Amino acid sequence: MTGTPASSTRRGFLRAGLAAGVALPAGATLARAQAAPDPLITEVQDWARYSGDGVDETPYGLPIRFEADVIRRNVPWLTADTISSINFTPIHALDGTITPAGCAFERHHSGAIELAKPDYRLMINGLVERPLVFSYDDLERFPRRQGVYFCECAANTGMEWAGAQLNGSQFTHGMIHNMEYVGVALRTLLAEAGVKPEGKWVYVEGADASSNGRSIPLDKAMDDVMVAFKANGEALRKEHGYPARLVVPGWEGNLWVKWLRRIEVTDAPVESREETSKYTDTLANGVSRQWTWVMDAKSVVTAPSPQVAIRHGPGPLVITGLAWSGRGAITRVDVSVDGGRNWTTARLAQPGVPMAVTRFYLDHLWDGEEMLLQSRAVDETGYVQPTKAALRDIRGENSIYHNNGIQTWWIKKDGTAENVEIS
Amino acid sequence: MSKSRKTAALLIILAAAPAAAQTRLPPAEQASAATPLGLGRPALPEEVAAWDLDVSPDGTGLPEGSGDVATGEEIYLEQCAACHGDFAEGLDNWPALSGGEGTLDRVDPERTIGSYWPHLSTVWDYVHRSMPFGNAQILTPDETYAITAYLLYSNGLAEDDFVLSNENFAEIRMPNAGGFIPDDRAASEYPVFSAAPCMENCKDSVEITMHASVLDVTPDDAGDATGAAAGDPAGDAGSD
Repeated sequence: MTGTPASSTRRGFLRAGLAAGVALPAGATLARAQAAPDPLITEVQDWARYSGDGVDETPYGLPIRFEADVIRRNVPWLTADTISSINFTPIHALDGTITPAGCAFERHHSGAIELAKPDYRLMINGLVERPLVFSYDDLERFPRRQGVYFCECAANTGMEWAGAQLNGSQFTHGMIHNMEYVGVALRTLLAEAGVKPEGKWVYVEGADASSNGRSIPLDKAMDDVMVAFKANGEALRKEHGYPARLVVPGWEGNLWVKWLRRIEVTDAPVESREETSKYTDTLANGVSRQWTWVMDAKSVVTAPSPQVAIRHGPGPLVITGLAWSGRGAITRVDVSVDGGRNWTTARLAQPGVPMAVTRFYLDHLWDGEEMLLQSRAVDETGYVQPTKAALRDIRGENSIYHNNGIQTWWIKKDGTAENVEIS
Repeated sequence: MSKSRKTAALLIILAAAPAAAQTRLPPAEQASAATPLGLGRPALPEEVAAWDLDVSPDGTGLPEGSGDVATGEEIYLEQCAACHGDFAEGLDNWPALSGGEGTLDRVDPERTIGSYWPHLSTVWDYVHRSMPFGNAQILTPDETYAITAYLLYSNGLAEDDFVLSNENFAEIRMPNAGGFIPDDRAASEYPVFSAAPCMENCKDSVEITMHASVLDVTPDDAGDATGAAAGDPAGDAGSD
């Protein structure tokens, strides 16, 4: 569903603007004239005269200092401490789909532990023919699988259930990252141990104190779950489960067990703390959904947004954001600038990839007036991202998890933006 | 191990999942070793025993042992009360382990062991494996039975002379045991949200009904919180 926007040329911009009834200020589509020569051009700058850094300066680099605001942030009041807590990916400042590991969000229950490869052990036990112990080196000898997948915390956007609360896509939608993983299919490891016929579930847990044990149906375990040891080309970062984690495509992040140490084949779910007390979704009538594994289709405009004001004034504006679905590929993203009264189908930067993040763009001609900016994702099952009101009608406001409702940014005439809810 | 009716229902749901919902892996990734490669080594019984600590709802996995409420209170006051309060009521932002009965259908329900948790097995398992916070896996089975007994007492679910053991464990039924259903979105939401969406003239008017700036709880550039949550809107988004 990608297409060339009508507004990709200046004439197209004018046409699109006129078609949408946009009255542009005079000269808005013309490049601004420079009153005096620009010294950055007319005077020789230091960087054009003196040498820069040598190739021995930075064996492993960090972003340039001007990008110091593109960092993970946390919200101190969200949790009792920072050890069992969450931080947020700066999605407002990123583009494309791959999340740099160094600013990809973290969620720990007993902190990010340091586990060296020589100390790593992975056990498979339970309803198997051969209970086994693998070393890290063993893992690297199995046939490998590669895939790009989003990991979204079940609680992403959870603070917004009762209304607009946090001001920025980083905080409202930043419990997500999207990486290219390499590892071993879980079914390959299970085949090594030999699953007995009565095995119906796997219970997976980490090496950390919290353990984060979760139950996963065998069908999913045998399908696309993998034990990953590389992300975005390199070893997993410590905070993302070094040296090995579970990757569970399309399913809530809590199941992506880090520092994976044990896989137990069982005939029933364990009903651990992380699938009873937590990661269960209370409905308005007090009954709670359990095992809500899949993350439904969702999107958010990352720019403009509260952390990314429009500073260039009226005229051409790139509206961009992310869309993803745990039930397959994103096929379409619609964008509204008037609070959902009218929608325009945006351009997907690349065709949607199942269970991975998709980048969308809408090349817009901003008239300088207020906007109520929204995005609406559609996935290959035909599911259309619902409004928050539509979700609340079914679930109430106490679910905590799985808030995939449509986000609204109020863009003011001065270009600043705010997280709002609308009728 | 007995399967609950809930699990049976869930397995039916899984079995009935349409093919469209199944993953389509790229052809290159569909090949995987179906026959053992001979990697790894047999797990020794002592190793399995050291790591396989999980306890299922029917009590499977519980070690032999017992503990009473009074002993549990002693250990609890020493190991747990600094965060969770003398009566398991929770201190500051630390989780309450008791209270909240009858609040699940209200705004801001209080989900505790007594008001929310479906199985006692989860209490034993989680405390034994992951508590005290910052110093986990120090509790013996008997100490874990005693603390679990004290938590039942704190929630009004046991008398003060109660003794919990692996023998009577399976007899305990938690108040909210019937309060959970397997994910039902396929029936309750997917048909509703799969209609062709409106593209033009979808509403007569639009009004802003809520502003995040009114709350003003977003960290500023320095990364500091500029306010406190109104009530507990974050719920358990990241808290334990």
